[in-house]
Amino acid sequence: MYLTQPIKKITLGLAGAIALMAGSAQANTELKVYTALETEQLRPYAKAFNAQYPDISIKWVRDSTGIVTAKLLAEKNNPQADVIWGLAATSLLVLKEQDMLEPYAPKGLAKLSPKFRDKAATPSWVGMDAWMASLCFNTIEAEKLGLPKPTRWEDLTKPVYKGHVVMPNPASSGTGFLDVSSWLQLFGEDKGWDYMDRLHNNIARYTHSGSKPCKLAAAGEAPIGISFAYKGASLKKKGAPLDVIYPQEGLGWDMEAASIVKGTKNLDAARKLMDFAVSKEANKLYNKSFAVVAYPGIAQQIPYFPSDAESLMMNNDFEWSASNRKQILSKWQSRYDSKSDPK
Amino acid sequence: MSGVAADGLQVSGGAQERGTVKADKVRLSRQDYLQRGAVLLAVFFLLVALVLPLGTMLIKSLQNTEGEFVGLANFIGYIRNPALFQSVLNSLQIALISTCVVLSLAFLFAYGLTRTCMPGKKTLRALTLLPLFAPSLLPAISLIYLLGNQGIFKEILMGASVYGPIGIVAGMCFWVFPHVLMIMITALSNSDARLYEAAQVMKASPVRTFFTVTLPSAKYGLISAGFVAFTLVITDFGVPKVIGGDFKVLATDIYKQVVGQQNFQMGAVVSVILLLPAVFSFAADRLVQKKQVAMLSARAVPYVPKPNPVKDNIFLGICLLVVSAILLVIGMAAYASFVSFWPYNMELSLQHYDFESVGSSWGYYFNSLEMAAWVAVIGTCIVFLNAYLVEKGRAFEPVRNLLHLMAMIPMAVPGMVLGLAYIFFFNQPDNPLNFIYATMAILVLNSVVHFYTVCHLTSVTALKQIDGEFESVSASLKIPFYVTFWRVTLPVSLPAVLEISVYLFVNAMTTVSAVVFIYSSDTMLASISVLNMDEAGNTASAAGMGIMILLTCLAVKGLHWLLSQQVLELTQGWRNR
Repeated sequence: MYLTQPIKKITLGLAGAIALMAGSAQANTELKVYTALETEQLRPYAKAFNAQYPDISIKWVRDSTGIVTAKLLAEKNNPQADVIWGLAATSLLVLKEQDMLEPYAPKGLAKLSPKFRDKAATPSWVGMDAWMASLCFNTIEAEKLGLPKPTRWEDLTKPVYKGHVVMPNPASSGTGFLDVSSWLQLFGEDKGWDYMDRLHNNIARYTHSGSKPCKLAAAGEAPIGISFAYKGASLKKKGAPLDVIYPQEGLGWDMEAASIVKGTKNLDAARKLMDFAVSKEANKLYNKSFAVVAYPGIAQQIPYFPSDAESLMMNNDFEWSASNRKQILSKWQSRYDSKSDPK
Repeated sequence: MSGVAADGLQVSGGAQERGTVKADKVRLSRQDYLQRGAVLLAVFFLLVALVLPLGTMLIKSLQNTEGEFVGLANFIGYIRNPALFQSVLNSLQIALISTCVVLSLAFLFAYGLTRTCMPGKKTLRALTLLPLFAPSLLPAISLIYLLGNQGIFKEILMGASVYGPIGIVAGMCFWVFPHVLMIMITALSNSDARLYEAAQVMKASPVRTFFTVTLPSAKYGLISAGFVAFTLVITDFGVPKVIGGDFKVLATDIYKQVVGQQNFQMGAVVSVILLLPAVFSFAADRLVQKKQVAMLSARAVPYVPKPNPVKDNIFLGICLLVVSAILLVIGMAAYASFVSFWPYNMELSLQHYDFESVGSSWGYYFNSLEMAAWVAVIGTCIVFLNAYLVEKGRAFEPVRNLLHLMAMIPMAVPGMVLGLAYIFFFNQPDNPLNFIYATMAILVLNSVVHFYTVCHLTSVTALKQIDGEFESVSASLKIPFYVTFWRVTLPVSLPAVLEISVYLFVNAMTTVSAVVFIYSSDTMLASISVLNMDEAGNTASAAGMGIMILLTCLAVKGLHWLLSQQVLELTQGWRNR
């Protein structure tokens, strides 16, 4: 070749650089795991899994519930994910309907409480934990603004709260969706939409993530955030002037669940992850963030979290929520999307 | 950060002079083949990294989700959707207001720097550059602490909410200011003292002189600065994402369609719509610049300001005010990143810099460093070599002109549009370059192309200063062109090369818009993590990461300054003879 030294060096350097950056194949199995877990949870979960299975590495793809669901649906014909670990059961039901899940009975499945699993003999998904709605109420800001403490969902529609309530967008946030679906079930469809119409008048904005309303309330940016109980409890523990309120009409809740994506090239590794996901050890991990977990008898009390959490949860019809999810969301968007945060 | 900066302005249309050094049409030597090969390679690079992705995106905007051709149906659907179309109006409104505010401020500031004898000019000038070193997310986050519901100065807004147009305009003005100021300074420096003498002799009032002499001579600079500001504002994504609340603009719409709803076709449609104002203002800007060149005649005498205590102090006051605002915004973000629990526990702590505890990572910061370093090294090599071929090459004149033209395109392409185009192009399973998808390589490639134009223009300007005789002489002495390049061209242009690499590094560190669609979980970047942490409500940590980016860029800039002192001594001594 007729290249001079400098040019040759640059060419070689470039080729080397590209090869380096493209990344070399790893010896062990890599699982692409789609999740809507809180970002804070990803590292400890992967670490606990790797303590048992060091040869399988987890590559997380994380976003809010609605976005992970949309992504999975968009990739239906060319699935990129191997496993879903930590996504709302209502979303997994939608995926099951689309025949996108690989049924598998993980080792130790029998030990889970029956309501935390797909009813089929070989379940398409298994539950991990339940999370439930709550209000985060900033006592300092409420006092400044002269806001009474709400105790019921209905209270939030009172004119005094106008512009002081923040809630998650149900299209992107799993927490937002469980709120909407719970109101439709608690109040009935017509009254449910009527409730949301009136609530909409008081909403300052719809956030993208389900934990943000509570964080905004904790920081005093908004006095009231509709969020989930664990977030309120943990922020209160950090010193936020919050009251975590459980509205009397009943609390919407959803399950976080795990499943194997149909068509994965790493089925063995995916099954090992599922085995881990139902294990007692994993459930202890879930319990650090959730009061109600799938493995009975191990749940520890969480500070600032109600001890009777399970009894506050409404009787949630997941099948109904899942089969109506698309229609509920499009109706919601056409009515209220104007106040949503971007994304 | 979009790649528009003032550097481009000092460059005038060079196409006319190109190709003066023509090879004898005897026989093509190996060198000629080598040069032709290099030119073709350069064209191929820009074709693959820029033109084809953009083309793919245009095609996508005309297809439905199944990939069938539907003509303009998507666009019609977009315009008929009132919620989406509102974004167009909102974007235009924000861009117009921000442009007016920033132009007025930058004009006053530049006037102070160029036309008065106020003290501390160098320091004031240097401080205005600070916004360039942080992602546009940072001023927006800082504004939440300053003017949000718990902000320390929220009374200024008299009950209005900072979330929405007010916040976006304020954030934009901060972020766009240095870009506009650079152009204004250039525009106001090019003035002819003889005109002012004439005005004085004719006893024209200062006001009249201002409107008949000062403004007309800076007219083109003003227009050009207006276009730059408008484009930057309409294409920026960071500010409206953080502080826009429910106020929708085009840039956040693309994000929402693509990331939020996985609706790539609609994302492509919004991209094309976003491309229009950018392309328009770019074309208009080029047109205006050509006129600017002809304005100053060779006989012009540079204007030297005379001391005038009243005027000097007034402008010093204005400039101090602007600089204080800039320092306040940055200082607030830095301070807030140390406050344990805003606003209820104002004790200072380092807890928000424990990025791991909020699901982010210091690893993302190092990813950013790595990416920025690659962009600086690879980008500088590619851009400078290509500029050399354009400016000093001997072969293929039409192809070299094409190369120059292609090098100008990136300036008109908003980062998000380029990023989305990369998804469409590189994520096709049958694309042989598919393997770079979701790697560091695609981020580097994207950033090099995104910031290409300014670097290209800087290189061309530097190369123009070198006499073409060097090439002729070495050709007649039968010295290969690459030896001349290595021994003469490169050393003489070293200051420009250094400048390009720093420009690329800083922009790669701070950019959000170009990379937000194409990062993967392994190549998460610091700037993206600022976005994600803010989205999850971990605002203080987001501010902390933004400050880390700022400090890093400042350090690199400082290093550059030290290094260029050394290099100048070594290689540029001949200039001072």
